Amino acid sequence: MTVQTWTYILVGITFALYIGIAIWSRAGSTKEFYVAGGGVSPLANGMATAADWMSAASFISMAGIISFAGYDGSVYLMGWTGGYVLLALLLAPYLRKFGKFTVPDFIGDRYYSNSARMVAVFCALLVSFAYVAGQMRGVGLVFSRFLEVDINTGVVIGMVIVLFYAVLGGMKGITYTQVAQYCVLIFAFMVPAIFISIQMTGNPIPQLGMGSTVNDGSGMYLLDKLDGLSTALGFNEYTNGSKSTIDVFAITMALMVGTAGLPHVIVRFFTVKRVKDARKSAGLALLLIAILYTAAPAVAVFARTNMINTVSNREYADMPDWFTKWEKTKLIKFDDKNGDGKIQYVADKAKNELTVDNDIMVLANPEIANLPAWVIALVAAGALAAALSTAAGLLLVISASVSHDLIKKVFNPGISEKGELWAARGAATVAVVIAGYFGINPPGFVAAVVALAFGLAAASFFPAIVLGIFYKKMNKEGAITGMVVGISLMIFYILKFKFGVFDGGKGAVAGLTKDWWFGISPEGFGTIAMIVNFVVSIMVMQFTPSPPEKVQEIVEDIRIPSGVGEAVDH
Amino acid sequence: MSDKQKKASAYWRENVRYLFILLAIWFAVSYGAGILFKDNLDEIKIGGFKLGFWFAQQGSIYVFVVLIFVYVRLMNKLDKKYGYNE
Repeated sequence: MTVQTWTYILVGITFALYIGIAIWSRAGSTKEFYVAGGGVSPLANGMATAADWMSAASFISMAGIISFAGYDGSVYLMGWTGGYVLLALLLAPYLRKFGKFTVPDFIGDRYYSNSARMVAVFCALLVSFAYVAGQMRGVGLVFSRFLEVDINTGVVIGMVIVLFYAVLGGMKGITYTQVAQYCVLIFAFMVPAIFISIQMTGNPIPQLGMGSTVNDGSGMYLLDKLDGLSTALGFNEYTNGSKSTIDVFAITMALMVGTAGLPHVIVRFFTVKRVKDARKSAGLALLLIAILYTAAPAVAVFARTNMINTVSNREYADMPDWFTKWEKTKLIKFDDKNGDGKIQYVADKAKNELTVDNDIMVLANPEIANLPAWVIALVAAGALAAALSTAAGLLLVISASVSHDLIKKVFNPGISEKGELWAARGAATVAVVIAGYFGINPPGFVAAVVALAFGLAAASFFPAIVLGIFYKKMNKEGAITGMVVGISLMIFYILKFKFGVFDGGKGAVAGLTKDWWFGISPEGFGTIAMIVNFVVSIMVMQFTPSPPEKVQEIVEDIRIPSGVGEAVDH
Repeated sequence: MSDKQKKASAYWRENVRYLFILLAIWFAVSYGAGILFKDNLDEIKIGGFKLGFWFAQQGSIYVFVVLIFVYVRLMNKLDKKYGYNE
């Protein structure tokens, strides 16, 4: 059977499975729609959180980015896992004890103010929309390459599927489809990783294969070999980076804190029964995520070595089938500058003839390594599972922000349970359509904004939530000013250094890197914006009235794990 | 302060102490071993891995997982000690 037939079969089976689960787990109440009824087991929540978290970026792009960036790629590995330590220790247990439906719910109640709630809603919508557009793009990419349909048709198919189970099932439907999607995506990621690890190093465990010797009888360690290949072509040593230490530090911190502040991850912890379940499911989620995140750097090393060996200084005419197929999607470009018919892949931009998009390394890896057709198809199904599960989680945040935080809490408190449920479904539908539109017509800034969503979350939510829990005296004036200053500063820095808005547009961006504050890139600036948020909050608090007694009592109460109610409407 | 409040603040103090210790380890393995002292640790090689590079791409993640499970255990014990378990 061909790759395409296999892909149709595997994608068909997994989609049927997701739809089946959605029908079985329809939501009947707002509580089921927002927090899956509040009785999800820690293991199911751990799996759902892992799938929710691991997006098209983790599955498709991350290993590819690391593969080109080497050590510099470590920021994603540490950043996107270390955030779970913060989440488990500083946020999840207390937010579960607090027991409401959304993150703006916590901010609005803890800071006794609808203005605070509105600021939080704005931040949640900004972060989630930026993120979901990227997922839809990932869905389209997989469809276009593996099923050879038009990329736009792919986006529309993805929209219909997500719409179906997110709108019908709400959080309940999403949770159980995410459990299934975790199984699909981890299997799809690990099978080719194990195959290639055996092929290249003889070690079936990719995490160990990465540090083993190459299987070609030379007795050379794989990483040493790759360092050698890289330097020979003029690139940096793979195991050494080119970013400054302070920038690596800042980016890692921004990604960690941003991860802990992402609303679609935080809400997952509202779905379990007890505080101790919230702690445990954070641990399980990270364990399940770590399986992929420790294999990804190994995949990156295998893919990079394989690619250099396959293309470097070889005849263009002799390139394998996958090369030309990816050329069609324009994600591989070859330009024979010196006209010798061979591919020169080198660091020197003037001489380099080959550009390879980060995103294809994971998708093309099984083909580069000549793995069987079903493995290649499996990767397509896994990538779709990763993109769809994250998209669904984000859509739920968007719909809850609109129906619960805006309509129910601010504009129409008298709305009936049934009315709110329909509002939630309507908001989810509109959100899918908008996300799909951006998936089909990606504005140039989507990719940049996805990367910066973490900075935005770090600059806004994280300080407000942590202070809300650990600093009883923190008041609404402090928290609101902190959030507004933090996110404004972050947006300003992005506009200035990512888009060159104040210096004559995109073309100026490259020349501005020397002006970076403290030598920190826009990706890492979330760290500074977060610190500014903390400092401003605490300073403003000194000069404004303390929070009411009742709020201080709430804070004392959320610090004690017992006596937890189920997540309730109030 | 009532007995109930005293118990609550004693529990909170122990909780915060655990957080400091665990987050110190969290910081040491990622920012310390994986970034600030990476070059020094790279002098040491274990198998094919330079140690600093290993911490940045593998080791810190393993430690993170262990940290959360240690925290879960510590807190479950602490909850029991103060009668907050249910």
